[in-house]
Amino acid sequence: MTEHVVIVGGGTGGTVLANDLADRLEPELDAGDVRVTLVNDDPDHVYKPVWLYVPFGQREPDDGRRALDDLVDDAIDLRIDRVSDIDTEARRLRFRGNSPPVSYDHLVLATGSTLEPDRIPGLAEAGHDYYSESGATDLRDELLAFTDGDLVLSVIGTPHMCPAAPLEFVFMADDWLRERGLREDVDITYTYPIQRVHGNPHIAEWARPLMEERDIRTETFFNAEAIDPETETITSMEGTELEYDLLVTIPPHAGVDLIEEAGLGDDGWVDVDRHTLEAEAAENVYALGDTADTGVPNAGSVAHYQAGVVGQRLASKIRGRPATATYDGKTLCFIETGMDAASFVEFDYEKPPSPAPPSEKLHWSKLAYNESYWLTARGLL
Amino acid sequence: MTDIEPDDTVDARGAACPGPLMDLIGRIRSAESGDVIRLLSDTDQSLTDVPEWAEEAGNELLAVEEIDDHNAFYVEKA
Ligand SMILES: Cc1cc2nc3c(=O)[nH]c(=O)nc-3n(C[C@H](O)[C@H](O)[C@H](O)COP(=O)(O)OP(=O)(O)OC[C@H]3O[C@@H](n4cnc5c(N)ncnc54)[C@H](O)[C@@H]3O)c2cc1C
Repeated sequence: MTEHVVIVGGGTGGTVLANDLADRLEPELDAGDVRVTLVNDDPDHVYKPVWLYVPFGQREPDDGRRALDDLVDDAIDLRIDRVSDIDTEARRLRFRGNSPPVSYDHLVLATGSTLEPDRIPGLAEAGHDYYSESGATDLRDELLAFTDGDLVLSVIGTPHMCPAAPLEFVFMADDWLRERGLREDVDITYTYPIQRVHGNPHIAEWARPLMEERDIRTETFFNAEAIDPETETITSMEGTELEYDLLVTIPPHAGVDLIEEAGLGDDGWVDVDRHTLEAEAAENVYALGDTADTGVPNAGSVAHYQAGVVGQRLASKIRGRPATATYDGKTLCFIETGMDAASFVEFDYEKPPSPAPPSEKLHWSKLAYNESYWLTARGLL
Repeated sequence: MTDIEPDDTVDARGAACPGPLMDLIGRIRSAESGDVIRLLSDTDQSLTDVPEWAEEAGNELLAVEEIDDHNAFYVEKA
């Protein structure tokens, strides 16, 4: 009998896993003992880190798009549709479009994050972001024309994709405005929901003095409650009010609704064992990347490492062997600290991060990684 | 043991910091004024995070209860 592995989500985690399985299970796939289906709701694969550079006019959204058909091994069945319902009892998925329902033996959820600006009154109307393709291009139009006034970057809630990206944005904006001779006419304020400038205390300790040096004002314990587009003010639950001329936010994030509807976790994040990535609430279901609630950052590097672990565990199970591969929390991040300098952190469940001194070499490493990403997605790197 | 009846409970046991505080903030966001939210957390950091935030936001921390391997925080929304 053919065993069917279904992966939902063809972003970083799902694509790396599909190509990993094509390689790892080649004999079984050739023999027809295993079938792997990758489902994505968009024919393109989207590489989101490109969006950080779009507002500064340095990259185009198309630099972050490739057809999944070109990225995914031919041994994988690709289905372009949106999954609308997961039945973990019957082991069946339904689709929003015309696809007939699909049964699975092993299910992997890699559905990523969804932005939910509507949770904050005024946000959809007044806030700009670089966490979506259209957000990044709209912000580019605003930023390129922005010459003076208050630039506020507000992190609204966690978890959100790439916890480094809000710091990167204000560091890059500071440097970019200096280069253009506009920095003296722009005040930059960075707000964060807890008492430090970043969720991880080690990264917060490293970033805070850099922000002071660069004259980036900070407001901590700032949880945006409402935005008034008329008066151009943002108010926090803690009672602080800030005026802005250009408001950039990291909007509230959630996973996808179908996860909560299937009873797999709250807010669309799947409750998993943080080492095996197996869902707590159902058999033969895994989650990886942003959607897996492990407490590590929602980062592409995390999705990549987790895909390797799930790939090994699935192959072991399919071959009737005990699955021994586990995820140790490994996370890698390059952090841009300006337009031509970056830092780098590496950490896991046990070892805390220790940011490297910013250098031009690390900045080029980040850009080089962005270029070679397509090899990562193909499973070659 | 307290006899405070919470309107809602957030179980953030197992979450690393700042998860528990963010979970509490999320729940307070959607609560009504006067509601009491109970937060269960097993990270020690919450013992400082939660009182500091409650004070900053003007919400009242009614009690902190020690239970086996975790703490229960009772926060009333202002
Ligand atoms: C501005 C920005 C900068 C970033 N920079 C970095 C960085 O420098 N380094 C880093 O490591 N990470 C970075 N990230 C984070 C990184 O992009 C994400 O963490 C990563 O993409 C997560 O991978 P994933 O596979 O979990 O989800 P995604 O890559 O988001 O993929 C999820 C996929 O699932 C699909 N999907 C969702 N629901 C359904 C459904 N019901 N049916 C079918 N398909 C569905 C989606 O369309 C999408 O294709 C950044 C993110 C942003 C926004």
